[in-house]
This record gives sequence, structure tokens and C-alpha cells, in this order.
Amino acid sequence: MTIGVKKVARPEKMSFGESLYLLEIMKGLAVTMGHFLHNIAHNKDIPTIEYPEVRRTMPARFRGCHRLMKRPDGSPRCVACYMCATACPAKCITIVAGESPDPAVEKYPVRFDIDMLRCVFCGQCVEACPCDAIRMDTGWHTPPEDTREKLIYMIDKLLEK
Amino acid sequence: MPNFTINGIAATVPDGTTILSAAHTIGIEIPHYCYHPKLSIAGNCRMCLVEVEKFPKLQIACNTVVTEGMVVRSDTEKVRKAVTGVLELMLIHHPVDCPICDQAGECGLQNYYMKFGLHKSRYDLEDKVHKKKVQDIGGQIVLDAERCILCSRCVRFLQEITKTGEMDFFQRADHSEISIFPGRKLDNDYTGNLADICPVGALTSKDFRFKCRVWFLSGVESICPGCSNGCNIVADFKGDILYRLKPRRNDDVNQTWMCDLGRLEYRKANESRLLVPVLREGGKPVAASWDEVLMTSAMRFREAAEKHGPGSVAVIASPQSSNEELFLAKKLASEILKTETIGFTSRTPGDGLSDDFLIKADKTPNSRGAQLLGFAEEGFGRAVKAISDGKIRALLIFGTALSDLSDAEVESLLSKVPFVAHVGTGDGAVSRAAHAVLPSASFAERGGTFTNFAGRVQRFRRGFAPRGKARNDIEIIVGLANRLGAGWKFDGEESVFKALSEASAPFSGMSYESLGSGGQAVAEGR
Repeated sequence: MTIGVKKVARPEKMSFGESLYLLEIMKGLAVTMGHFLHNIAHNKDIPTIEYPEVRRTMPARFRGCHRLMKRPDGSPRCVACYMCATACPAKCITIVAGESPDPAVEKYPVRFDIDMLRCVFCGQCVEACPCDAIRMDTGWHTPPEDTREKLIYMIDKLLEK
Repeated sequence: MPNFTINGIAATVPDGTTILSAAHTIGIEIPHYCYHPKLSIAGNCRMCLVEVEKFPKLQIACNTVVTEGMVVRSDTEKVRKAVTGVLELMLIHHPVDCPICDQAGECGLQNYYMKFGLHKSRYDLEDKVHKKKVQDIGGQIVLDAERCILCSRCVRFLQEITKTGEMDFFQRADHSEISIFPGRKLDNDYTGNLADICPVGALTSKDFRFKCRVWFLSGVESICPGCSNGCNIVADFKGDILYRLKPRRNDDVNQTWMCDLGRLEYRKANESRLLVPVLREGGKPVAASWDEVLMTSAMRFREAAEKHGPGSVAVIASPQSSNEELFLAKKLASEILKTETIGFTSRTPGDGLSDDFLIKADKTPNSRGAQLLGFAEEGFGRAVKAISDGKIRALLIFGTALSDLSDAEVESLLSKVPFVAHVGTGDGAVSRAAHAVLPSASFAERGGTFTNFAGRVQRFRRGFAPRGKARNDIEIIVGLANRLGAGWKFDGEESVFKALSEASAPFSGMSYESLGSGGQAVAEGR
């Protein structure tokens, strides 16, 4: 026999009373009711919170959702140097660089996607950025979405915040 | 043959050898920017300073000839301090715009800064002299004058190699910069080399610009498929996309250069590729499995040969195929299909530009190999005649294009054949007219050898797996032959090359080992 496997002896045949499961259902409901009444009496001890009305305080150094910074004229500060994509251990950043019409800028990101489902929120991209173009916000996390597509943040979404 | 010591290592070098190249041969790298093995010595970057005993001052290694009993040191504190100073001087006006510079990752300034610099700038940002950035100076080159360290490699290249002299120094002191003469852009077929020889990001490639960061690329030793010169190259790719071709040194073929036309050859491996086997029965193309396509093709070839005799089958080989593939194609044609109607053509669409340096008029990499392996250009004419006479019932075509025929000519010619099987990498008139399309791997997706115009057999290696469902040509030919009852057992290109060198006299005695990375010439007079 494999270690950790326990053979449970089952009765050959259940009696009529047992096969109705009535008693067992009652026993189960008693446990549920017990917790229910306990929670009403001591509702301070409930581990769950009423999100989103109630929020937990986040640690001061928590870094969550990414944002791309803008220049004073509103164009992205990012120059598509690929440092973040190179540093990213989850390989969740996809950049396509393009030639900027402004010769002082020269290079800008045509595409800048972050796959938030893949991101491990390590902050390496922020650390690597030579232009302070990518930052991670404190105080809030990536909001949940109902489709995977919505969690792949495109450049417009990253810039609008 | 003077004897000398460098960093305590004694060596003997031929007369006239400079300290820099002597050090290189015994594995000591001396930093340099302006020195290039195939250009004249300028000695203006001052990075290669070394200490030579009995010389009061440091000497430049690139232009100091080794003499008997010379004692050289490149690892002393004095040398290091001097090199660091030279580097700091070069970086004074450098914009340090590495984030937007394509050279980043393979930049001489970055590499030597990490090795010798690591200093803080002592120069105020406002005091930097600014020069013009992003200048399109013609050819494949973008000039950023600010990043230039004035090593003069580009100026010497254009004076000594292309002899066109489009670039020179302008202005003086801090304001000196390289540029073209007003209104006269780069005008030669070798401009891409400027991006290669520029040790910094001053001259970068227009075509590769911003496409990919170089540290994401992997390189594989290859041969340029653009013409019969067979320039040695490194094919840089990421995933299954080729990004650029760069020359690889081979003094017998291309030295360290390649032409601008060849540099763009990578596009053919990326664009309009055939990726799935297709059967076209009754005019409608249907994607099929490899087994179906090979089985159907084999059946149709057998049928044609049985009903109408082996003369009703033709094979048109391609000089884009490797020696190995041509050898198997010949074997398939003569041993299995038993047809005499075989041939190839080196004619291609286009003007066939050529010069007396690297560009050859024959725009195929292996027409010499095809000739040596038993295919003839006259055979192509015979095959075309047999096809237009309606004598051919089943035709096997290799290669994307068919000679220099227009799409309409290809269509009307191939419509005379009841069954056309096409082995090729690219979509075109041939694949659209074919009844069975057998997609094959590009030059970066398979290995093999090409024989260049001078009969030098050179290896190109596989970088990555064939895209889509495309397959190595060797697998395709062997698959077809075995379904016709050949019972061939070849495992990869090396086993085919072994059989080839045993069977074909010009290649006798050759092996992948003996070819090495520089290649080997076929036996003379055969």
C-alpha cells in the first residue's frame, strides 16, 4: 500500500434510516447554523471584508498598476529602448518602436503592451527605465476584468491614467 | 622574423607586423577604434596605447611595427590611465543617447566604458557641443554626427574600398564632424558596410533602424543567397524572423564586406512564404497534410512514367538549392524517375547588376554547384520545349521563380502540364500554377553547402526550425523518392554531403569538417 493512503471501512449495506441521509443532513446544517450564529454574535472576528465598500490598507511600499508617463506636450516619455522588456522576468512587455516625426524625440513606442495577467509585479521595469517613463502606482492594485483581453494593457490605457 | 615579448609572453612574428595584430594572434586584445584590418592605418583614435620598453612615451600599437627584442606591456597602470583618459575625451561631447541608439549592445564606446571608463562625466551637460542628428545621407545609412568619435573608418572605407570618397571631415576642433558633401549623397552599392565598421552609433543602418534590439538577436554562420559570389555572412534572427545579414570575414571571398543588395536578401525569408502543403485538384487549392501531398505527387509521377514513359517526366532544379539538395534531386531524376529531361537556369527576374568587386551578375548562390552535380542550363531549354510541346505529363519544379519568365508566361507554360509539383519557399506564379505545393525551408532554416562562382564550397547553417509546416528540401526529396520505392536512408545534410563527396568527383575528399567555416575549393579542372 502506498504511504498516506488510508482505507476507510464502509458498511456492506446501509440500513433504511441511513440511506435516507436525513440525520447526516441535519448534522451538516447544524455546523452551518453554528457558524452563522457565531458570526452574528461576534461579527468582529469575520475574516472577510465587504469589498469594495471596505478596503484593506495597503503597505506603503506596495506597487501595483503600471502607468506610462507623459512629456509636457502629452506625448509618451518612453523612447522604446526595450530596457523594461529586457529586464522583465515574466516577458510580459511587448514594444514596437517607430520613428518619431519629431527629430528631437527620434524614437517612440508605436505599441507598448503589458500583459497584466503575466506580470509578476516585481518592479524591474521601473528600475530599468532610463527615462522614468514607466511607473507603478501605489495604493491600488490592478482592477479585475471579465475578459483576458481587457487585462492586456495597450499604450493608450497606460498613458491615460 | 623578430622575437618580442608582450605582457611577459614571448612570440615570433613575421617582419612588418604591428604590435596590435601581433598581440591579436597570441590572444591579447588591445582596445582600438580607428584600426580596421582591411583599411589603411590612421592612428588617430589613440585607444591602442601601449608601453614599449626604452620608449619615453606610450606608443600606438596599431602603427608600431614589432622589432627584434621589443618588450611591450599593455596591462600596466600607465597604459590603463592613458586609455581611460582617451576614452573620457571621446565621451566629452557624446550625447549618451543609448536608449534610442541602435548601436547599443554592440557599441565600442559602451564596451570600453565598462572596461576602462566607469567614470563620472566632468563636463557640464550644457557645455556639450550639439551636432545634427538623424541625417539621411543616402544608401542604407543614417548619420548622427553627435555620436561620432572621428575615427575616420568610414572616410577611409569610401576612399580605399569603394573609391567613391563621399564623406569627409568638416569644421575644426570640438565642432569637427563627418558628413557628406552638400547635395551629394552616398552613391555606391556597399554603403551598408559603413554601419558595420562604425564602432559607435554615428552610422547606423536605415533598414534595421529600430526594428530590434541587438541583444535579442542570435546569429548563425551563413552564406549570402543573393548572388554567386557567396559572401560569408552572419544571419541575425529572433524567434523565426530574420532581421539582418552582416558580413563575416573570409579573406578568400569577401574580406569583411558585403553589398547592399545582399543585405536585403533576408526579406525573402520573411515575406510571402509558402507555409502549408497544398493540393490543387480541379483548380481549387486545398491545404493538405505532408503525407497526402507526397503520396499524391509520387502517385502522379509513377502514373505518368508508366503510361507515357519516363520521357514524360521532367525535373527543373533550382540554383537556390544547396549542393546536397541538388545531388538528391539529380539522384531522384536519374535513378528513380529515370528521366533525361532535367535542367536548371540561373536566369532570374531583374537586371543582373554586377561589378568587379563582390556583386556578380548571376543572382543565384549555387549555379556552379548545379552544373557540377549534373544539371545543365541547356537542359532547361529542352525541358521548356518539351513542356510547350505538351510532352511532359508530370513536372517537378524547385525554386520560387522560374527563370525570368513573367507571371503570365509561367501560367501559360505550366497549364500545358497535367501535374506540376512545386518545391519552393516563396509564393508566386509557379506555386499558384502548381497542383502540389511542397513548402520548403529558407536558407536560414536549413543547413547545407553552396558552391560559389569560383568553385568554393561553403557551408551555411540552420538558424531556426522551418516556419509553419515548411520542411527541409532534403526531407521533401527523400520523402518523395521513398514513396516511389527508393528506400533511401539519409539523416540530415551531413549524411547527404558524405554520399555526395563519394559520388561526385569535384567534391571528392570533402567533408563538413574539412570545409570548416571558410570553405574549400572544388578540385581543379573538373
